[in-house]
Amino acid sequence: MTEFLQQLINSLSLGSIYALIALGYTMVYGIIKLINFAHGDVYMVGAYVGYASMSILRLGFFESLILAMLVCTVLGVVIERVAYRPLRNSTRIAALITAIGVSLLIEYTMMFFVGADPRAYPAMPAFMNGSVNLGGVIIKNQQMLIIGVSVALMILLQFIVKKTKMGKAMRAVSQDPDAAQLMGISVDRTISFTFAIGSALAGAAGVLVGVYYNSINPLMGIIPGLKAFVAAVFGGIGIIPGALIGGYVIGGAETLVSSLGFSLFKDGVVFAILILILIVKPAGLLGKNRKEKV
Amino acid sequence: MSLLNVSKLTRNFGGLTAVFEASLHIDKGELIGLIGPNGAGKTTLFNVLTGVYPPSSGTIELEIDGHVTSLGGKSPHRICAAGVGRTFQNIRLFKDLTVLENVAIALQQNVPYNLFAALFHLPPYGASERRIAEESRQLLDRVGLGAKAGDLARNLSYGEQRHLEIARALATKPSLLLLDEPAAGMNPAETAELTGLIAQLREEFGLTILLIEHDMSLVMKICERIYVLDHGIVIASGTPSEVRNNPKVIEAYLGEEVPRA
Amino acid sequence: MATFKRVGLRALPFVASYLIVLGLMNAGVINDYVFSIIVTICVNIILASSLNLVTGFTGQFSLGHAGFMAVGAYTCALICINLGPVVGEVPAFLIGMFAGALAAAVIGTLVGLPTLRLRGDYLAIATLGMAEIIRVVMLNLHITNGAAGLSGIPQVVDWNWVFLFTALTLVVLWNYIRSSQGRRAIAVREDEIAAEAIGVNTTAAKVQAFTIGAFFAGIGGGLYASYFFLIKPDQFGFLKSIDILVIVVLGGLGSLSGTVIAAILLAIVSTVLAEFSDVRMIIYSLVLVLIMIFRPGGLMGSREISDTILGRVFKRGKATEGAL
Repeated sequence: MTEFLQQLINSLSLGSIYALIALGYTMVYGIIKLINFAHGDVYMVGAYVGYASMSILRLGFFESLILAMLVCTVLGVVIERVAYRPLRNSTRIAALITAIGVSLLIEYTMMFFVGADPRAYPAMPAFMNGSVNLGGVIIKNQQMLIIGVSVALMILLQFIVKKTKMGKAMRAVSQDPDAAQLMGISVDRTISFTFAIGSALAGAAGVLVGVYYNSINPLMGIIPGLKAFVAAVFGGIGIIPGALIGGYVIGGAETLVSSLGFSLFKDGVVFAILILILIVKPAGLLGKNRKEKV
Repeated sequence: MSLLNVSKLTRNFGGLTAVFEASLHIDKGELIGLIGPNGAGKTTLFNVLTGVYPPSSGTIELEIDGHVTSLGGKSPHRICAAGVGRTFQNIRLFKDLTVLENVAIALQQNVPYNLFAALFHLPPYGASERRIAEESRQLLDRVGLGAKAGDLARNLSYGEQRHLEIARALATKPSLLLLDEPAAGMNPAETAELTGLIAQLREEFGLTILLIEHDMSLVMKICERIYVLDHGIVIASGTPSEVRNNPKVIEAYLGEEVPRA
Repeated sequence: MATFKRVGLRALPFVASYLIVLGLMNAGVINDYVFSIIVTICVNIILASSLNLVTGFTGQFSLGHAGFMAVGAYTCALICINLGPVVGEVPAFLIGMFAGALAAAVIGTLVGLPTLRLRGDYLAIATLGMAEIIRVVMLNLHITNGAAGLSGIPQVVDWNWVFLFTALTLVVLWNYIRSSQGRRAIAVREDEIAAEAIGVNTTAAKVQAFTIGAFFAGIGGGLYASYFFLIKPDQFGFLKSIDILVIVVLGGLGSLSGTVIAAILLAIVSTVLAEFSDVRMIIYSLVLVLIMIFRPGGLMGSREISDTILGRVFKRGKATEGAL
């Protein structure tokens, strides 16, 4: 039981991070039907900004978190503006290749400036290194922080999407961009906003991962990015609660496989889950199947 | 002699019933019209008949040479192989292929040579390809597109594209041909030409035809019998004059064009 | 006579490139380094043209081609290493190539049957997952020697073998595209619903194209393993799949000659940039994005060299030829 609870805590921390990244994927896909491969790299940039902010600017954790989110917001909006907007009416494959190109560009530009070697995250203030022992279950303060920050951001996102005008515009554009445009919604602005929010969340996830794993490198975004995408697909891409469920399921599955002693297979298991869900329920857990109109 | 028997066919989309307990009976060699106001479920009925959507309930039976095949729930390519060809309301040609290739693909339901012959262009590859090209040309000549065989389908005019769709459907050697608004977007002269062509093709290929059409002059002129669909329900059937004077039909069309010849 | 002439014209670029490379090798112009680039180009041509069959001609978006390459490479390598001493290196190589391609094809069929029902992005992501699973398996199996990979694979491959397999791949794929089976695949790309309606079993057509694509990816992998005699799971990751896809898209989806041109071009660019290794990938990715923005159809679109003005000098238009 203790072991189970311990793994549950671990799953929740890992799952929170996947969920934060998956949200960005799912929102962007929902609105422009593009797998934004560069999203994982935005997360990597977030981790580096957090690093620079803490070690060079000597800012605290929360200030660094906000700075990383701001920088990533700008980065996300610029990526959309420069690379994706010109391709909005071209083929899906051209857009996808562009996304892959942007992803490589960010990775190797970062590598050019910071080198390929991993870096250790700056030491955290004392309050973050402690842990709580609840009847044998050890909860690190970092884990509480990760889960807390993630949940707070998710609630904020839910509020933005459900209650604000911009959130309504986002939902309208993802339903039908043409109709939304006719209703006076600026599609361009809404898409920029979606990229901004998604990228901010990814930036936050980057800092949290840096704190949690204590090691960052320019290619760190690839695999978590893919897994977060799997999480988004699992829950039903374009559906915000789906991304949350997917993130926690993937985090849980990975933790479970590792705790059973097959940690080398954990990436394989994640993708096996993906293929399984695609075969059984292609639209994802919460998605609805749509057939092409003839 | 009966060819198609549709009994109590229903198709739901979620809470929406697009076709409700439709029953149709078509004899071999008949030319039948299917009319109804916009959104009556005509194209959905076609899509269920050709397997694009499986029926929610009801049966579809095709009888050829005394042999009855049940079509309900079969995949479109099997229904095509069973002898049902179709065209599409919103023209679905292979736009980036040549006119000839469009027909050739339809001609090869049973691929005439095995994969090995295909990969190494071994006999009977050459002979089969020549035969397919020859047959395709004949079909294209028949619908008046012989001179355009080498053009890309996307470069054809609208009317020509509709003709090519018919040629492509004929290439599948159907017993029953379903035409979805073949005259849509055509001017009266083109419609008249098409009307003649449909009648001729029926004779030549021994076809049975079911067609959806909004152009009442075409329907009333060439169809022997007409089914009228409204809100997914068959509300009337009979000869053109019977249908035209049916009060239910007039009511269904109120506010729309009243079917007149 | 006309057919003879046509075959002759098609064979010309093959014969010419074979003889040119052979001549330059004998003259000592091509050293080991240059030859390794040529082998890389040929392997990439095989991989990219087989992916083009799946993505360019059949319209099925695959991001997992490196997985099939890995299956071919590992199978061929294991057979070469273990069977080589028994039956001789060349027979073992040939058995390995065939077995590797077959293994890739079998896995291609098994993966294709359930996943090819998916459309577009979903298929892309499923194939990506499949390739990652293959990589993880290679990483963990005892027989594949984990992360260290296999080394000491007998290096049988010379220019003759490389040329033979590259030419064979291109000819067979070209033939397939110009057959009834190949046209079915193209119909699927053009309009799946219309294809079904005229009797094309679209699932079968997709699985067939996917299987043939996997088979030749296996050939490419085997050739790679035999020439470079060292293989590791890392070499067959997501980035390799992307590399192959980039060649296909750059050359033009649905153009085999475009694929060949793009493979050569990219190799040259990559070699030139090798001197500036720290900015190599930056330029590479920048070029990729710019091409997609300004020329999304790739160099050739879906045309072949023979359809262009250059080709028309040699042969008259398609329609007059009488065949399809």
